[in-house]
Amino acid sequence: MSQLESTAQPLSDAERARFLTALGAILAGESLLHDAEELRPYECDGLSAYRTLPLAVALPATLEQLQATLKICHQMQIPVVARGAGTGLSGGALPHSEGLLLSLAKFNQILEIDQANLSARVQPGVRNLAISEAVAHLDLYYAPDPSSQIACSIGGNVAENSGGVHCLKYGLTLHNVMEVNIVTIEGELITLGGASLDSPGYDLLAAIVGSEGLLGIIVEVRVKLIPKPATIQVLLAAFNQLNDAGSAVAAIIAAGIIPAGLELMDKLSLQAAEDFVHAGYPTDAAAILLCELDGAEAEVGQQVEEVRQLLQMHGANEVRLARDEQERQQFWKGRKAAFPAVGRLAPDYYCMDGTIPRSRLSEVLEKMAQLSEQYQLPVANVFHAGDGNLHPLILYDANNDGELEKAEQFGGDILELCVAVGGTITGEHGVGIEKINQMCVQFNNLELLQFHALKAAFDPSGLLNPGKAVPTLHRCAEFGAMHVHHGELPFPDLPRF
Amino acid sequence: MPDNDLSSALQTALQTAQRKQTPLNLAGGGSKAFYGRLRSGQTLDINAHRGVVNYAPEELVITVRSGTPLARIEALLADRQQMLPFEPPHFGTTASIGGTIACGLSGPARPYRGAVRDHLLGCRIINGKGEQLKFGGEVMKNVAGYDVSRLMVGAQGTLGLLLEVSIKVLPMPKQNLTLCLEQNEDEALQTFSRLANQPLPLSAASHYQGVSYLRLSGSEAGVAAASAAIGGEELDNAAHFWQQECEQKHDFYANQEQPLWRLSLPPASAPLALPEQYLSWGGAQRWLRGDHDAALLRQLAQQHGGHAELFRGDSREADNLPPLKPGLFKLHQQVKHAFDPQGILNPGRLYQKI
Repeated sequence: MSQLESTAQPLSDAERARFLTALGAILAGESLLHDAEELRPYECDGLSAYRTLPLAVALPATLEQLQATLKICHQMQIPVVARGAGTGLSGGALPHSEGLLLSLAKFNQILEIDQANLSARVQPGVRNLAISEAVAHLDLYYAPDPSSQIACSIGGNVAENSGGVHCLKYGLTLHNVMEVNIVTIEGELITLGGASLDSPGYDLLAAIVGSEGLLGIIVEVRVKLIPKPATIQVLLAAFNQLNDAGSAVAAIIAAGIIPAGLELMDKLSLQAAEDFVHAGYPTDAAAILLCELDGAEAEVGQQVEEVRQLLQMHGANEVRLARDEQERQQFWKGRKAAFPAVGRLAPDYYCMDGTIPRSRLSEVLEKMAQLSEQYQLPVANVFHAGDGNLHPLILYDANNDGELEKAEQFGGDILELCVAVGGTITGEHGVGIEKINQMCVQFNNLELLQFHALKAAFDPSGLLNPGKAVPTLHRCAEFGAMHVHHGELPFPDLPRF
Repeated sequence: MPDNDLSSALQTALQTAQRKQTPLNLAGGGSKAFYGRLRSGQTLDINAHRGVVNYAPEELVITVRSGTPLARIEALLADRQQMLPFEPPHFGTTASIGGTIACGLSGPARPYRGAVRDHLLGCRIINGKGEQLKFGGEVMKNVAGYDVSRLMVGAQGTLGLLLEVSIKVLPMPKQNLTLCLEQNEDEALQTFSRLANQPLPLSAASHYQGVSYLRLSGSEAGVAAASAAIGGEELDNAAHFWQQECEQKHDFYANQEQPLWRLSLPPASAPLALPEQYLSWGGAQRWLRGDHDAALLRQLAQQHGGHAELFRGDSREADNLPPLKPGLFKLHQQVKHAFDPQGILNPGRLYQKI
């Protein structure tokens, strides 16, 4: 398992006491936790294989408290890890053993809904789905819908640049956020972006989205709202060959259709989902494709027929159109439950998040099958097919000696394969601590140094979420030494881009 | 001009400039030389660094060298019924894709299809230290590392020299139709906001001299249904109309001697008590000609939650962008320093002190 680099010296008992006293002067009793018992719920995020107890947990309720808390940390050089709802899958909110865990849970208000300008101002602790619920009566919604949207918070979404199943048409968090207020480690409040469609100067909003808590603490977000589509239709297509499903996806896009959602599940994942939630999936298929089309009624009707023909032309042996809203929900239920469903097949699973050019899909799946054979671990595949974002789920049993390490190594190989075909190690889950070694494969030393320089522009003392997202060159040197066997890079047969 | 990969030569030029601390004026096609503050430094011509590196229509992505003419890229995409979603203005036949990205200017479709920055997937740059770096890529979803590519949009070359850019493209709509409604400015703004709140295939909305222009784009059936719901009269030769707006060729812009102000506001902001304006982006952009008190305009824009920029004008010694708050400005200086520690890349182009 990868270890966090400790960038801070352990505090002496006296320093620790001084730090807690200083925080205690700002934060009321229940807003500052430091007993091991109270810290336990914060020891990990959604990547539960990694656990660390922080020095303390702060739950400020006001901006002033939050700014004062950061000023103390800056003054005493204490690392700060921000935490939203803790649903992240890459360990971005894993605490630092010598640092403060800063929970934004009490920043949970929707501050303003501006229907005329199609935006809403919300605090970072507001849940993703709560925004759409709050504007549902206006027939508006907030588009990005990560599978965890019931629980995940908008602050975390901004920090990770979260996606979802509707990204191809409606974009990522980046495309749906207009303005973000951050507080720097020095405690200064800065507004990036604005209520208009652009802002003067550098696009620092783009830098903060997806920065995984390394540049600033997100304290307010203005999101874009969009009108709910008039009509939504979903087609389910079954294929005997996984490759056929892949070509069907390419054909739909090539025909000039941008579906709202385009999801592919392989045999193992669709069978698991069917067993789990009885979505009505054809379990004898090698793969199924879900294609959601939305828009004006007349437009969607036309597209449904076009897509149906394309699916059939590319080898679908069955194409079903959801007859009503209930069946549409049923089709999606299986897809949305895919992770827990696959989770029932083995004691543990490890979820990867690479993105590849769609044209390389069959090649990547073939290699993945070989790796599965080699590591003797099964892998199920769920794929945001429209935008090339692959979620292989590696099944393992952590109780078997060495199996977690084996699963992690398998996962690492998959990510490096994604890079080798011209893709990326993470499409929407973030690097966090989980994929920090693979960052050394994706970027060279000069590029990593440029990232560190940008980080220093925001956080010169390096106190915000140290050891995450961007590896040190030292770490990469060690990873490289460990990783290059017989002087060869992994997948030497694949051309590098 | 033939295709050329001048990456190495450009890198050598930057390394030399860095060593000698020579400020550089990065020059593409020159079509947007009017934009931003005055140029200074030794000119480094990027114009010949051109060519299409990769175009994969079924992946919705194109990768091109920065000197590639914008017109050539648009023609190539049009052959496959695709387009640049942000409908960029050219402001001249020599416009290059590098300058388009660096200036970050988007056309009439911006509120509905997104801006330049929304569609940039990756880039290869040379930073102020003369280092060639690659960020992002050709895939739609990519959250590995900070989003350096998008930081380049609108930075006017002050953070890096763009070598290659990868852009997300979209299918061209099968049908476009523009409706005209006789309205005053107040009615127009209310109409724009009301329509934006409905699931309609709007792709542009402008208002000038008592007429609102609404462009619908999509499938034949979708456009026909929306057009029936909105009403109004269909505009002949609509493609020309929007091209004229995009390129600032309408009568409103005719007098290029006069300064041109751009107010970027939340779209539903009430009509401004100012002389005649051209409204675009569904009310989010208000254009104003003539000599005006910069401070007053900026204050007015700020009251509405936006900002005012001198888009074309002769007083290019002063900052044409509004001043940033001290904390934000300091952050800008530090970001500039992170990419260009010696300040050799287009110094003073974006702000006097950046």
